Amino acid sequence: MSVVQDPKLLFSGPDWDFELIQRVHEACGEIGIKEMGLDPYPNQIEVITVEQMLDAYASTGMPLFYRHWSFGKEFARNEALYRKGYQGLAYEIVINSNPCIVYIMEENSATMQTLVIAHAGYGHSHFFKNNYVFKQWTDADGILDYLDFARSFIAKCEDRYGQEEVERVLDAAHALQSHGVHRYPRKRMPDLRSEQKREEERRRHGEQLFNDLWRTVPQGKRKRSSDEDARRKALLGLPEENLLYFIEKTAPRLAGWQRELLRIVRLINQYFYPQRQTKVMNEGCATFTHHRIMNRLHEKGQISDGSFLEFIHSHTSVVLQPGFDDRRYSGINPYALGFAMCCDIERVCTNPTDEDREWMGDIAGNGDPYGTLREVWANYRDESFISQFLSPRVIRDFGLFRVVDDEDEEEMNVAAIHDERGYRKIKRALSKHYDIAYRDPDIQIVDVDLAGDRKLILQHRVMDGITLEETDADKVLQHVADLWGYDVKLIEADDDGTLRAEHNASPRRPFM
Amino acid sequence: MHIIDRRLNPGGKSFANRQRFLRRARAQVRKAVREASSQRSIKDAGKGGEISIPAGGVHEPVLRRSSQGGVRDYVLPGNKKYIEGDGIPRPDQQGGQGSRASDSGEGEDEFRFALSDEEYLDLYLEDLELPDLAKRQVAGATSFQWRQAGYSVSGPPSRISVPRTLRHSMSRRIALKRPKAEEIAALRDEIEKLEREGGHFEELQKLRAELELRLTRSKRIPYIDPVDVRYRRLEANPKPIAKAVMFCLMDVSGSMNEHMKDLAKRFYSLLYLFLTRRYEHVDVVFIRHTHEASEVDEQTFFYSRETGGTVVSTALFKMMDIVRARYPVSEWNIYAAQASDGDNTSSDNSVVLAQLTDVILPVCQYYAYVEVGMEDDDVHPGGAEPSTNLWRAYKRLPPGQPFAMRKVRHRRDIYPVFRELFARRPEGVAGDVA
Repeated sequence: MSVVQDPKLLFSGPDWDFELIQRVHEACGEIGIKEMGLDPYPNQIEVITVEQMLDAYASTGMPLFYRHWSFGKEFARNEALYRKGYQGLAYEIVINSNPCIVYIMEENSATMQTLVIAHAGYGHSHFFKNNYVFKQWTDADGILDYLDFARSFIAKCEDRYGQEEVERVLDAAHALQSHGVHRYPRKRMPDLRSEQKREEERRRHGEQLFNDLWRTVPQGKRKRSSDEDARRKALLGLPEENLLYFIEKTAPRLAGWQRELLRIVRLINQYFYPQRQTKVMNEGCATFTHHRIMNRLHEKGQISDGSFLEFIHSHTSVVLQPGFDDRRYSGINPYALGFAMCCDIERVCTNPTDEDREWMGDIAGNGDPYGTLREVWANYRDESFISQFLSPRVIRDFGLFRVVDDEDEEEMNVAAIHDERGYRKIKRALSKHYDIAYRDPDIQIVDVDLAGDRKLILQHRVMDGITLEETDADKVLQHVADLWGYDVKLIEADDDGTLRAEHNASPRRPFM
Repeated sequence: MHIIDRRLNPGGKSFANRQRFLRRARAQVRKAVREASSQRSIKDAGKGGEISIPAGGVHEPVLRRSSQGGVRDYVLPGNKKYIEGDGIPRPDQQGGQGSRASDSGEGEDEFRFALSDEEYLDLYLEDLELPDLAKRQVAGATSFQWRQAGYSVSGPPSRISVPRTLRHSMSRRIALKRPKAEEIAALRDEIEKLEREGGHFEELQKLRAELELRLTRSKRIPYIDPVDVRYRRLEANPKPIAKAVMFCLMDVSGSMNEHMKDLAKRFYSLLYLFLTRRYEHVDVVFIRHTHEASEVDEQTFFYSRETGGTVVSTALFKMMDIVRARYPVSEWNIYAAQASDGDNTSSDNSVVLAQLTDVILPVCQYYAYVEVGMEDDDVHPGGAEPSTNLWRAYKRLPPGQPFAMRKVRHRRDIYPVFRELFARRPEGVAGDVA
């Protein structure tokens, strides 16, 4: 029996070459752009090996990154897990840059490469380019240049001040990085490239103006106003929740290069901030896109039944959601939830039930699923996405239920299940879980005594009676004290003012 | 769209980070390596592999909420039987939600990762060096260095020496009077000129004959002849290397119990590992003895059993026999390491001493004696030494000899003792009596 080659097929068999990738990319674009109306960045597809994938894992997926021991640790951990077979590797990594860089593994079969291109090259890329959080917070054109700057700047600092000195600053900065983002837009949008240029200009300017004489000019005593306290806080911009930002700008004893290191960590972390806010949507968008593209390719006869089955196998394991009592359960799978919700929106648009009309009246039956989805992908983040579009149908399909665990009660209590009374409660509770402002502890710098002993005071607003992990908090506070150069105090208090805990730290060896 | 093939990019992008990580965790990694090696079987002693260090040392703290206390709110998938208002007993260990939080916790948690063979051994054998590797001797046929040495008339095309070849060619051309190209050109010009001006026929004739002669000559005498060609010649020079032979002597008699043998085995396996790694030209000879000594291979040495009395001197005689037969003192550095429980037939002690001081120590670079004991042997407070038969005998050795002895009771002692015996030491001091 001889196999007759269908001329429409993009490929047969698992082998691939660069020409095939090109063909597949075009075929996916045919569907993604023309049928679904996606608007991705141009793609740059890079083929890498397993080892390079592990490298990429260690540097949070970025093609270049500054050097630090924690990335070596990450690499060692992933390598050990991978070698022992505890952990597979991702099929791809995609980077939010322009052009959008998609890493694909050399080991993938032709079907998997097609899936990966559809998933990352069209799904993620569209999301990165169009979602408002990304538009607002990240600069896809400048990120690689900035990382390059960061890497060489830090390498120069290592040459000049020694690896260990640089490591001390970076350790401290990494400890604070979850509290080093601006959550609200400030006056000026951060543009990484011009930031970099300005930093250089600033330094040059400082060098030109430097005159040692100014140091010797006697300074008159400053007037003290009566409401010094309020004025001082206003001047320092307190309270401030971006700890790294505050320290970078106001810590009295840091050298210029140390502030620059803090700034680098802060800006890079800010770049990743949107990704933390849109995990479900981002994966939902990409998974929905690849699912649609693969199905259409199959319908058009461009991939064979065998390939399609291979795809289905991989797809279903990606969107598997084990139940809470399953051994494999490790939280809600963002791929599963995102994909289910996107499919559900499509269903509501084209084939709504009465229930849908009641819950999502504005989009039910509008007959334009792709337009609606594009709209959703552009204008929401996880928290708002779930509170808007988590339909009763999805809640039922997932069997979602809400459990409240109060330490004062004997048992945990099932507070809501998938019924008429529970839908809204579950929706609200789940959306809260995806709210970063709720997930990260709310810690702010509330006061600093610049005239006196320069003690810095931080406050944790305790919610639901959950205090900070004590040993970690002490260690982080130690880093804060080192950076600040003077004593630091962290107060944990409830909203009604009850003091829950207090941590203190003094600098070990101040940065000079 | 662009496709870029990154597969050929140099790997090891994480190398610098890994080095930083190992430097950071150096103290813990070193400790872990030593602990791991005491639990490994001898054969695996040199292999890299997975080690675990306490997570605390490489822990990266962040501000996060505690995993205990307070009012918590979960949304879970997969409800099958619960209805609103049901109570669920708390799972014993924080259930599914807690497990994520705890892996970044404190104390007993461990961070596991793999070290490569190289990294493992570097840490394992850090700053150890075989003492006094003095005699340098040109060894047999194994190691050569190729050096440029003059020119030869034959060789591969890649080694043609152009200047040398052209120099030969020129001298030959001069000697054989090969006409130069410009001479012929000048002659031609002259003939042409005469022809144009209608000069003397005879003169023209003469010039033509001259030209003819020179053309023939330049055809007969080639510009470069095979006899001119010279090749840069290489000569194999034997490389001076240090050769060493290490004698491993072990008492396998009845008085040595399993534990002691195990200790001794471990000491030797470390030694063996160390030698085979650090020195390429090291022979290792295994001699075991009871009341008589025999040379055996490594397998037998470590793994087979033997019973009998104890006469230490037999091993020493055997060793010298082998030295005389195979390892001429002028060429080989000789090292010996002896492990025993300290038992010896009393009458033999003087023989041992005589053999050591008169024959062995003078030709030896270094002689190490390790006395193995039981774990529960009395500890000698205040540094008092054990007083076994052999120990007392060795104690009588005159100072200043390349000799050292140590006592080992527990597996964990072996590595420190090994390090102490073979630690890098300042110039001149070869060994001392403990």
